Amino acid sequence: MIAESGHYALVLALGLALIQSTIPLLGARLNDPALMNVARSTALAQLLFVASSFAALVMLHVTSDFSVANVFENSHSLKPLVYKITGVWGNHEGSMLLWVSILALFGGLVAAFGSNLPLSLRARVLAVQAWIASAFYLFILTTSNPFLRLPDPPIEGRDLNPVLQDIGLAVHPPMLYLGYVGFSISFSFAIAALVEGRIDAAWARWVRPWTLVAWIFLTLGIAMGSYWAYYELGWGGWWFWDPVENASLMPWLAGTALLHSALVMEKRNALKVWTILLSILTFSLSLLGTFLVRSGVLTSVHAFATDPTRGVFILLILSVFVGGSLMLFVWRASTLKRGGLFSPISREGALVLNNLFLTTACATVFVGTLYPLALEVVSGAKISVGAPFFNLTFAPLFVPLMIAVPFGPMLAWKRGDLMGAAQRLLAAGATALLALAVTWAWARGGSALAPLAIALAVFVIVGAFTDLAERISLFRNPVAYVLARARGLPRSVWGTAFAHAGIGVALIGIVCETTWNTEYIGTMKEGDVMKIAGYELRMDSLTQRLGPNYRELVASFIVSLNSERLSKMTPSKRSFTTRGGMSTTEAALLTRGVSQLYISLGDATADGGIAVRIYHKPLVLLIWFGPILMALGGMLSLSDRRLRVGAPRPAEALRRLQVAE
Amino acid sequence: MTRKQRRLTIIGCALGVLALAAALVLNALRDSIVFFSTPTVVAEQRFAPGRRFRLGGLVQPGSLKRGDNLAVTFEIADRNAKLPVAYKGILPDLFREGQGVVAEGMLDASGVFKADTVLAKHDENYMPKDVADALKKQGHWKDDYSANEADGTFASQGAASAAQGVMR
Repeated sequence: MIAESGHYALVLALGLALIQSTIPLLGARLNDPALMNVARSTALAQLLFVASSFAALVMLHVTSDFSVANVFENSHSLKPLVYKITGVWGNHEGSMLLWVSILALFGGLVAAFGSNLPLSLRARVLAVQAWIASAFYLFILTTSNPFLRLPDPPIEGRDLNPVLQDIGLAVHPPMLYLGYVGFSISFSFAIAALVEGRIDAAWARWVRPWTLVAWIFLTLGIAMGSYWAYYELGWGGWWFWDPVENASLMPWLAGTALLHSALVMEKRNALKVWTILLSILTFSLSLLGTFLVRSGVLTSVHAFATDPTRGVFILLILSVFVGGSLMLFVWRASTLKRGGLFSPISREGALVLNNLFLTTACATVFVGTLYPLALEVVSGAKISVGAPFFNLTFAPLFVPLMIAVPFGPMLAWKRGDLMGAAQRLLAAGATALLALAVTWAWARGGSALAPLAIALAVFVIVGAFTDLAERISLFRNPVAYVLARARGLPRSVWGTAFAHAGIGVALIGIVCETTWNTEYIGTMKEGDVMKIAGYELRMDSLTQRLGPNYRELVASFIVSLNSERLSKMTPSKRSFTTRGGMSTTEAALLTRGVSQLYISLGDATADGGIAVRIYHKPLVLLIWFGPILMALGGMLSLSDRRLRVGAPRPAEALRRLQVAE
Repeated sequence: MTRKQRRLTIIGCALGVLALAAALVLNALRDSIVFFSTPTVVAEQRFAPGRRFRLGGLVQPGSLKRGDNLAVTFEIADRNAKLPVAYKGILPDLFREGQGVVAEGMLDASGVFKADTVLAKHDENYMPKDVADALKKQGHWKDDYSANEADGTFASQGAASAAQGVMR
């Protein structure tokens, strides 16, 4: 019954989405408030139905109803409850349902909190949102229905892929989707603006918070996924330039560019056409990511070939939305009025530079990700484009961007003073040189690249806070006065500083981890002692243990520093009884400050030993603290008063119409 | 500056950055891409030692031998040919005899493929894409590989990289 109701709710949501995608448009055309207001109620009702459909699938997984194919294939009655819930989106059908649920959530939020939008704009935005929703409801219902029943219900399920039985699955996909799908809002706003043929600073003020929300979630989602890969895979890597990772990085880069260009548009009413284009591109890249991951074109051309409906369907959605929106852009962009002037050396100029480098970096990732696919389709040759390609293309483009980051907030709008900004950044530059010297001396020569990169990171971090320090007149006035000024500063200024510092922090982590990482790979037996980076690790015992749905081999290591016992680390290797003995490696991590010791196990050897991999990763946690700092900056910015109350109220007449709805 | 000059400055900058990016991409594409091959192709075309490529196929049952200090040797085979592979390190969790595998490295003078990376995806039904295609072309396809392909394509960066059980 639950499965059928869930299915039915999804069909109803499709029906509502179809109404929402047409009637409000007609209303906006005829200037009929009643018809336009249909958008609001249908968006909320749609959210209700998708949410209940999603809840139904969660129920089925929790109660282990193996008569439903999706539950049978991805669940097991012995699986811990938390993985029964997260397993809902640990598979194709369920994750698509999560995708549309989040899409409906964003639509519902615009409907609920968009009462200060002009009625026609809101109607059009929600209609565009419903086009996307309809396409994906159709996709789910025709090719990926999670509610299909099995004719002969089995007694036991096939269990979830053990790699996914981790708390990372609870957090990472929902966050990533909140980011991916969140960009649909700026897309819908862009399309609505093109249809209306009117766009102004107020438009940017509405779009920016939504973009910011999506960006925060995407940042956290990517960072979380990276940390998950780091501890779950067992060899300490945290970024692989895997196409699926690139699929999430591309919208992030474009979205970051969009955040900055929307700022120019909001403050200076310039870069309108570009901002619209970026909104379209960002969501198009989200759709491309969905296509790359969901069609199966990456992991297996075979999956694409035996079940072509899915791949072709998403490809169709992708081409219709991307092609359609770009055509609309070409047709209507010229109707938008050109905005304010600015000199190349100005805050606007700096933000243009930011956009230029971010989009170009995004383009190189795009080429690296899609070139192998295109080449295979065209010539049949198979190549792999891996980390070396991206290190050679992406990194050189990011360096000038990072040098420019501290200058941006220092330049005035319209016409800036580059020399003045450089003078104000002298302290940051000096600190960076000091960092360069210290790292150089500490590393005793070696690659010059690492100290230079650290210096760049320090420049970015100190530069980010220089502006802040000047504004609160730090060191120049009594503490109480400084604190008062700090409180009075707009939160968005704090946000900018934190977000920019976050990039520097992450860069330090990346450089230290890749340059000064020490590793030991070998076999160890009980009682063996290993020394790494000053730590002494003694393998104490090697034992078998039984978990709820797996058996595991646990090694226990005593870690000591200067012959003082610090802690015990217990990496293990799990063998899952349910999936044909499939095994996973559970690494053990010991955090010291922001550095980590990392142990993972390999195969047991014939003579009673075991293969181990031990790493010391200096400052590795900074890699993820950086993005967290960026997200924090985003949240501070989001809480800025100006963003919340800045949007102008609609005219009194319009408001009365809305009350009468 | 006039409006036109300003615009030209920006367009000039944009073109400069794009040209730089294009140069970087072309340079990187020349130097850092790795071609995929199979034992049959290697045998037919007599690959020169020292050229980096990826080798895909099935791990020949009975060929896996473990030496001292994590050294392993095994054979990668397709229908018509097989090639000895030497590797030092820990093999991925899903490395099994009879399963598909992709190794990256180069041939040495004696014709042994020295692998520095061995890839296997974290799914018991998964077959590396290149291997699946190559085997299918040769009519060496087993149907059970196609079952449950949804797992391998899970939409998350973490899982997909999880899938990329690269060994260093």
